[in-house]
Amino acid sequence: MKKNLFQNMKKTSRKNLVTYLICFSFFAAVRIMGATDNLTRHFSSLLVPICINVILAVSLNLVIGFLGELSLGHAGFMSVGAYAGCLFAIKFKEILPAAVRLPLAMLVGGMVAALFGLLVGIPVLRLKGDYLAIVTLAFGEILRSVIINLNFTGGASGLKGTPQDATFTAGFAAVILTLFVILNLADSKHGRAIMSLRENAIAASSVGINANGYKLMVFSLSAFFAGIAGVLYGSSVSILSASTFDYNKSIEILVMVVLGGMGSIRGSVIAAALITILPESMRALADYRMLIYALALIVMMILGTSEKFMLLRHALSPRRLLSKAVKHFRYKKEGQNNG
Amino acid sequence: MADRTMVPFPSNAIVPRKDADKRPVLEAHHLGIDFGGLTAVEDFNLTIGRSEIAGLIGPNGAGKTTVFNLLTSVYQPTRGTILLDGYDTKGKNSFQVNKMGIARTFQNIRLFANMSVLDNVKVGLHNKIKTSFPASLTHFFGYSQAEKAADRKALELLDFFSMADMRDMPAGALPYGDQRRLEIVRALATQPKILLLDEPAAGMNPSETARLMENIRRIRDEFDIAVLLIEHDMNLVMGICEGICVLNYGRVIAKGTPRQIKSNPKVIEAYLGKKAEGKNA
Repeated sequence: MKKNLFQNMKKTSRKNLVTYLICFSFFAAVRIMGATDNLTRHFSSLLVPICINVILAVSLNLVIGFLGELSLGHAGFMSVGAYAGCLFAIKFKEILPAAVRLPLAMLVGGMVAALFGLLVGIPVLRLKGDYLAIVTLAFGEILRSVIINLNFTGGASGLKGTPQDATFTAGFAAVILTLFVILNLADSKHGRAIMSLRENAIAASSVGINANGYKLMVFSLSAFFAGIAGVLYGSSVSILSASTFDYNKSIEILVMVVLGGMGSIRGSVIAAALITILPESMRALADYRMLIYALALIVMMILGTSEKFMLLRHALSPRRLLSKAVKHFRYKKEGQNNG
Repeated sequence: MADRTMVPFPSNAIVPRKDADKRPVLEAHHLGIDFGGLTAVEDFNLTIGRSEIAGLIGPNGAGKTTVFNLLTSVYQPTRGTILLDGYDTKGKNSFQVNKMGIARTFQNIRLFANMSVLDNVKVGLHNKIKTSFPASLTHFFGYSQAEKAADRKALELLDFFSMADMRDMPAGALPYGDQRRLEIVRALATQPKILLLDEPAAGMNPSETARLMENIRRIRDEFDIAVLLIEHDMNLVMGICEGICVLNYGRVIAKGTPRQIKSNPKVIEAYLGKKAEGKNA
């Protein structure tokens, strides 16, 4: 059978291509809807939050899915990045045009968040599992309290006056950048080293993988993107308030990662988009949001370990159904030719 | 080969640089470790020459795996020194001593179960792949050349055990014997000077064990490295080891050639108890 270019590609590159395609077609669809005036105001207000959540989920997946450590402080990194980037943007409001200001603010926010990722990473290197989760959780809460009590962050009343630079295009570009970096990393020597630590840290050390170094790297890289998402968020709201970045925000990101499947970047993208859209579309259930998240997590945990469900999922996977359909079609055709 | 067997190496004898290749690849001097009040290994001395196959045997709980963990810096010794190719491993981490030239396999297999066979070997090649961090993030700057070279090298290594056709299988899905072989391949990928095998024949049938013996010899000859193995299968140990060190209760009770070990009354006593007759150690 002749193989086309798509089939000749490495399996991982093929998977990644599908992920990019999903993103670009979503972007194109929104643009077309916008051009033909089919975009509701409600939906267009969700576009930037979708981008923010996708970046957050994908970057948290790097820690949870690839490194295999549970971090509950992602909202903390997001807040650090948001404040750093927004303060930068306010400072250069008059000097720089928006097209330069936002990328620079993102870079600043990302760098500062990465620095904090490194700072948190160092003491928690010796911790694993639940203990690491507790420390990162505490870190997020500490950051929030500190920010509320500082003057230059606007304190409890929040930071005002950030230029509203965040557009869907900018958010989309940031999403693609995040995906590009993290998908590439996953398919490289550094990515394999990270995954080997998840699989078996002792064996990884025995073949020359610097476990502490890679943990720090993952923590700060993940924080970098959380910082970028934070800047995007800060540039899309009129008042940046520290109370947004609480424990519930971290859990919300965690839910996206778990729902999408730990270690699956494409899953994170889709889950993040859905979790952004669904609660807004079902306002009536808004009060029960955390309850639904908790239930969804429990159901996912049960289904994720159930063999029967895995078999069912395999049987119903789009690729399988597609190949079945193709086979069926061919068979029919051959039958016609013969008969 | 009998003259290359383990003799206690004088601890102050650092071989001159011009004779560096005659220097033993691994030396342990008066090694000891305590866990709380329990002394697990005491006064352990061992010298392994270049491309020597040596065995470490002893009854269960004698401290063999603890010695491996000391040699690979999983534990830091309480007393004594380890010289790997002449360099002290004191204070080094596991990954650093691996870079210095020691690689190992594990008694209870530790593969990266959810990663493919090929990726397992490529993790072993980690420090040999010259891809910079920016190249990993962007897949530019020589990423594909380095990656292709790594693929080639990994397949070459897998081919050594005729496992190249299993490249895409998840390592955890391999049959037991292949998992053991893959662990060896992964260790070899780090290009060690000495390979430590922790019960490589565990769970293998006699014909598989025979093949393993052949493979261990091939590893020594083709990669030109030393091998130190822990094994309970006496046919394997007596069949391929040039020197054997017997451990009991954390102490070395005998050293020598297979022939010497077989007839050593202390060894027979350790394995069979006192008043033992015959010498089927």
